[in-house]
Amino acid sequence: MELRKDYFADVRKDGLHEIGQPRPRLDSPGHVTGKTAYFADRNFPGMLHLKMVRSPHHHARIRSIDTSEAEKHPGVVRVLTARDVPHNVYTILILIQIGPEDETVLADGKVRWKGEAVVAVLAETERAAQEAAAKVKVDYEVLPAVFDMEEAVKPGAPLVNEYHGQNYYLYDSGECRKVRFGDVEAGFAQADHILEQSYQSSPIEHAPTETTGCVVAPEGNDRFTCYTNTQAMFFTLDNTSIILQMPGSKLHFVGGTVGGGFGGKVDVIVEPIAILGAKLTGRPVSFVYSREEEMQISSPRAAEKVVIKDGVMRDGRIVARKVTGYTDAGAYSRHSPYGAQKGAAHYPGPYTIPNVWIDTYCVYTNRTPSSAMRGFGVTIGDFALEVQMDKLARLIGMDPLEFRFVNAYRDGDMKAHRQPTEGAALIECMQEASRAANWPVAEKYMAMSSYRKGA
Amino acid sequence: MAIRRGRGVAAINYPTGMNLGGDPTQALVHSTPTGNFMVTLSSVDLGQGMKQIMAQICAETIGVPTDRVIIDTADTDTGPHCMGTFASRGTHRAGNAVIQAAKEARQVMLEVAAEELEVNASDLETDGQGNIQVKGAPQKSISIFDVALSAHFKRGRSISGRGMFLIPRSYPEKETGAMKPSTCYAHACTVAEVEVDDETGEVTVLTVKNVFEIGRALNPKMVEQQLVGGSWMGISHALYETTEPYYPNRDHGGTDFNQYLMPGPGDLAQTEIIVLERPSADGPFGAKGPGEMCANPQIPAVANAVFDAVGVRIDTLPITPERILRALKAQAAG
Repeated sequence: MELRKDYFADVRKDGLHEIGQPRPRLDSPGHVTGKTAYFADRNFPGMLHLKMVRSPHHHARIRSIDTSEAEKHPGVVRVLTARDVPHNVYTILILIQIGPEDETVLADGKVRWKGEAVVAVLAETERAAQEAAAKVKVDYEVLPAVFDMEEAVKPGAPLVNEYHGQNYYLYDSGECRKVRFGDVEAGFAQADHILEQSYQSSPIEHAPTETTGCVVAPEGNDRFTCYTNTQAMFFTLDNTSIILQMPGSKLHFVGGTVGGGFGGKVDVIVEPIAILGAKLTGRPVSFVYSREEEMQISSPRAAEKVVIKDGVMRDGRIVARKVTGYTDAGAYSRHSPYGAQKGAAHYPGPYTIPNVWIDTYCVYTNRTPSSAMRGFGVTIGDFALEVQMDKLARLIGMDPLEFRFVNAYRDGDMKAHRQPTEGAALIECMQEASRAANWPVAEKYMAMSSYRKGA
Repeated sequence: MAIRRGRGVAAINYPTGMNLGGDPTQALVHSTPTGNFMVTLSSVDLGQGMKQIMAQICAETIGVPTDRVIIDTADTDTGPHCMGTFASRGTHRAGNAVIQAAKEARQVMLEVAAEELEVNASDLETDGQGNIQVKGAPQKSISIFDVALSAHFKRGRSISGRGMFLIPRSYPEKETGAMKPSTCYAHACTVAEVEVDDETGEVTVLTVKNVFEIGRALNPKMVEQQLVGGSWMGISHALYETTEPYYPNRDHGGTDFNQYLMPGPGDLAQTEIIVLERPSADGPFGAKGPGEMCANPQIPAVANAVFDAVGVRIDTLPITPERILRALKAQAAG
């Protein structure tokens, strides 16, 4: 790595004692010698193991659940269904007033994705819990499912989630989050060229070394200590308090070093049901995802579809950009309404465009609920935007790097969401990339600055 | 049939912190009797090294070496509230909270030192090595060890401080979308060079040159580990990963690392990282959040390089050999 201190030296005070120093990490020796403690290193006498019975169907009505055989299985201590969960229908962003509550801790009457949790089995060993889970009998009436976002928003599509009433999230702005800036149609009318293209991604996995999980210990005084690898301690505690209708003062969450998060550990999935199990049995409970659960049950990054329509002039200026983004939330909201909204704030990218129209939709389908993942709301948008930029440059016969200089935002430029640009540094990054990659651009671009004269 | 070479570029920006703000983090700092400093938080270290960075921020602010600072975090019984470690917010939000708490503690520390040295607190400075001295007269000094002992056992003072950082929440205007998503943005530009085998569709990423602007590299070695890791993740995202290979079809999803494809060490490109620092107005020592954005620009840069190499656009992720071969076939068919 190379630190290029010559850029922005006029606005930066260097020579600090501790900041800017490559101090060795105090936790590294523990990590590399196996001494660092993770949540799963906690082991309590009498600890029970929790395993989930999961839906084999993408969309089905539950006619009945029979747990009698599972309960008789040797080693089984308790079997939990929806009626054991005090506040079974929840949504995590209710804490920041993004509702409605739309997801069940344990399925109640319906399943909406293949893999959805239906029944929780607590047993003396993981094996007993697994074997007993296989003995739970659930009678399903399979319903038509919808997997494709475009199909999902058509009239007559199967309704994925009754708590929403339609297969998209309803923002206060309507069926999508909107950004309107300038007059996009006038911009298209003025453009020398129009290019409309569509981009698509697929769900991906966070792939942390450590799978999602927790270990819960009853403290004997109506308090429960939950050792967890959540990325957000109080966010998880407060949601657990709602789901279990238990005062927050009864809950104690202990984290520590997490074996990789990448956004995969900001859902609140394992803790509430494990604490409920500990409460109802009076025993410590461990609930840890298998690698298969981590990959197919735990929320992935949402698949997204992005449609970009641009109007560009022969001299390289983009004069109009219209973006329609679709985020595939799967069956439940989790963090997806937030992600789709973040996309609306991010477009049209780090470029100054006078006429912009953005619509971002959060769509429900019968698949594993997607949620937070490193960069969500932005990452796929950047893929689409930057491939589109390459296509536009080639369309008008400009060098792709020079084309970005023409449109790059600079201090003081008004963004589409009506905030003036501050602290821009895109131009300097591109100048340095031009040098580092031996990709020469015209001298006028190398002479540009993110600073505005007089700004 | 041949191996064809191409290169592509991408430039991006990325907001620091939770979109639209409203995401608080608090911190407490106190000294032990012998002048070590305890920072209490409830933030989570995901392995990226948050504890180390908070220790360096506290040390710089109080004016002691980093090894005099201990981080106690991720316990809801002891730590004040933190919204969580996500959205590239840890360093920015918790760092600001730690600075505020550490400043308050430093002020008490200087007041106690001033009483011991019989000078005004405003005339004192720290030497960064564990001592407090009179400005312009460094021979008149006292160790922080002795100041802490005095505070605890003689002066009855608590060398401690409270810190919090909150960016007020912004609510998007319904019709226009006017809003304040973030207070500062990191930047990046990546150039990727690839080889594409037009017979097998296989892509080899040869080099990835990343320029990242991150406000301030608080610990350059740790910045490097995060940026290199992110760059690899970007390549993996571009070319390999999917839990549903035939999305929107739900079949064929990987359930372990044999089926879920990711690049191995031999598949990773020669990776270059260059860091620029334009300090943000509200970041701790100007730092922005590099955690998420560093995995983004490689994806379009690789996609554009594939086009440069073989002349087909793959607008669906991941860019698999199958998709490249189908596109080449369609291109040949005219």
